[in-house]
Amino acid sequence: MENTIVKAENYNSYFGDNHVVKDVNISINKHEVIAVMGPSGCGKTTFLRGINRMHELIPGATSTGKILLDGENVYDMNAIYVRAKIGMVFQRPNPFPNLSIYENVVAGYLLNGIKVSKADKDVIVEKSLTSAALWKEVKDSLHKKGTFLSGGQQQRLCIARAIAMQPELILFDEPTSALDPISTSSVEALFHELKANYTLIIVTHNMQQAARVSDRTAFFYMGELVEFDDTKQMFTNPSDQRTQNYITGRFS
Amino acid sequence: MFCIRNPKFVENKRLQLSNSQLKWEVLFKRILIAMSILLVLIILGVLTTLIIESMPSIKALGVGYLWGKVWDPVQNIYGAYPFLIGTLLTSFIALIISVPFSYAIAIYLGEYNPKGWLSDLLKNTIELIAAVPSIIYGFWGLFVLIPLVRELEIKFHVLPYGYGILTASLILAIMIIPYGASLGISLIRMVPSPLKEGAYALGATRFEVIRSVIMPYTRSGLFAGVLLSLGRALGETMAVTMLIGNTTTIPTSIFATGNTMASVIANEFTEADHTEYLSALIELGLVLFFVTVVINLIGKRIITRFTNN
Amino acid sequence: MEARIGMRNIKSNIFKGIIVFFAFLITVPLIIILLYIIKQGAGQVNWKFLTGVPAPVGETGGGIANALVGSFVMVLTASIVAIPVGMAAGIYLSENPRTKLAYYSSLCVDILQGVPSIVVGIVVYFWLVKPLGTFSALSGSIALAIMMLPIVIRSTEQTLKLLPDSLKEAALSLGVPYHRVILKVTVPCGFAGILSGITLSIARVIGETAPLLFTAFGSPFVSAALGKPMESLPHLIFTYATSPYEDWHNLAWGASFILLMFVLTLNIITKVITRKWKIQL
Repeated sequence: MENTIVKAENYNSYFGDNHVVKDVNISINKHEVIAVMGPSGCGKTTFLRGINRMHELIPGATSTGKILLDGENVYDMNAIYVRAKIGMVFQRPNPFPNLSIYENVVAGYLLNGIKVSKADKDVIVEKSLTSAALWKEVKDSLHKKGTFLSGGQQQRLCIARAIAMQPELILFDEPTSALDPISTSSVEALFHELKANYTLIIVTHNMQQAARVSDRTAFFYMGELVEFDDTKQMFTNPSDQRTQNYITGRFS
Repeated sequence: MFCIRNPKFVENKRLQLSNSQLKWEVLFKRILIAMSILLVLIILGVLTTLIIESMPSIKALGVGYLWGKVWDPVQNIYGAYPFLIGTLLTSFIALIISVPFSYAIAIYLGEYNPKGWLSDLLKNTIELIAAVPSIIYGFWGLFVLIPLVRELEIKFHVLPYGYGILTASLILAIMIIPYGASLGISLIRMVPSPLKEGAYALGATRFEVIRSVIMPYTRSGLFAGVLLSLGRALGETMAVTMLIGNTTTIPTSIFATGNTMASVIANEFTEADHTEYLSALIELGLVLFFVTVVINLIGKRIITRFTNN
Repeated sequence: MEARIGMRNIKSNIFKGIIVFFAFLITVPLIIILLYIIKQGAGQVNWKFLTGVPAPVGETGGGIANALVGSFVMVLTASIVAIPVGMAAGIYLSENPRTKLAYYSSLCVDILQGVPSIVVGIVVYFWLVKPLGTFSALSGSIALAIMMLPIVIRSTEQTLKLLPDSLKEAALSLGVPYHRVILKVTVPCGFAGILSGITLSIARVIGETAPLLFTAFGSPFVSAALGKPMESLPHLIFTYATSPYEDWHNLAWGASFILLMFVLTLNIITKVITRKWKIQL
């Protein structure tokens, strides 16, 4: 229990009348890399967005049940606070086009109006970019616009932006689906290093990626959490027929 | 982790901020809603003000007001018919003159020459025509167009006022060309190229493609452009007021002087010294409001339907 | 067969000729009007013209300072009212496109766009002039603000709709509250588009006469008092153009020239902004 960071209890999500996440119970430990996979439309992204209360921003979207973050239900907390505490990286790199690389990294502070001294900001920027394996590439062009970077670099900038807020948990929503193979491998390599300090939940529709990067894997199908197990175990000897069908490619 | 001097600093600051921010968030959303409601209130306010203030005239004169042929404030007789005719005449003549131009511009910039400096130049010219204030058209018309029309009238052996329906219509025509044209350009550019290419592949000439593919495809949209121009023409005030001659008789020819609904209001509103007179003028405004709103909404509807297809 | 194709080609070319002729014929009146205004007006403009007040009938000279100040004060006041209101409504429309309120206020924007300016003048007369008992610059400004609203709203709405949702999500996921997301991320990113709408709306109302006839009315004095009648460039042109005195006509030509320059400059600024913005996107 001590070691649990996120726990979902009877969690359900809806878009209007459409029941997209069905009664999910899951418990995720600190410093784990969790892959969430399943066919498209299975509710994996919706579940992820429920954790940091991004789901409810879509008109008509609702949810029931609990998501416990360090033992406290995020739905009883201030939504703004929850989102600030949990990092998130999206499908497409989305650096702020009006901000420089430097400002993008500290965007969480700038936009929230949190006053941080220049010296502290410099430290945050360097540490975050280093953690995101981007420092060496951009240290001479920190004041250029973030949108000038390549796709992979932009995505790592977005990771740095999330890290800068000092989260314990970072959510990734198919973070490499818009990237080329080389950028993808640079981001994947990063997951291994981030594991030491953070808990990562990565939604992916790419089974190989799930197998490569995660400690444990959750398989969603038709809104249900079908199976949640050690990644190795799941890919070699799944306990549910549906998981078996999915990883052997019998449906997509 | 990071070496910010006080490790709890960010954490506390964050929680503290997010609580106060939540209040701002709610306030901000309320402001957005309030401003959108304000917009609806403005329109409702315009409508009710016009109705309330024209009530005395509606009560005293009834529907007959619209067909009354005499407007004589001194005798306290109010009939809107001369101005309805004046408005319709000027607007439709202006429309007839402007349509060939706006269609030609739309076809030229939409189909023949959509890109390049020449098309940019022409497009800017069109936008400029829309940008020149109506008062300047009126002023220019007063000093340049009126003498020209006067010469024309002498040739036709009619009384050479210079002022009148024709003069007002000519200026109006220039002023409304941009509305139909710029809409037409974007509509013609929306014609799917496979459609055009199909016709070209069958050996059609440019003219035949325009006539049998582009025109039928864009017909409803171009019509909407005509409606929007008409809406502009009906409500146009200053240029018309300066050129139409401002007489309250029913115009009998295009050389005759007259008045439009808008120009009567502009001329007589501050002179109206008793309730019924003022109220009769406002009723003109009410009619004008209804007509332009309906025409505009129909035009907009057609365009929305067109662009959604 | 070949003869027929020849005929069809000739027909096609004749048609093109007609189209080109009509399309370019429209530039003729515009050029004539512009040249005429420049010819009549540019010569009037000098320091005294810009800083003086109109001379009484019979005296030559005089200036249009009262109208310059008046137009500036009223357009500024109108902007102060219309820009925040218009932006807020535009933000609402782009953020909540499917609500009932959005449907009705969007409909009202369409209606407002088509309302003849003279009608706005009448209505503001009853809202402000009659209750306050006097023509005033304030009522003129409100009338102009109402004319500005549709353009500001539509440009805000359309610019913000073009921005990708991912931008907003990025900010929200960092725990940035909604109002800061809008004010610090989406509005700055769409700034150029909104700004071009604002300059366009100013260009539109700076030449509006009809809504001022029964609101700001006019005044021969230089004044910045919002509670008093105020002169404006287009209203001054109207009064002097329709007067029988040649001196006054000359003042009106000069004022027309100045007004035209303002409108042209604002339109060019709008053009530059939109062009720059499109390159960035």
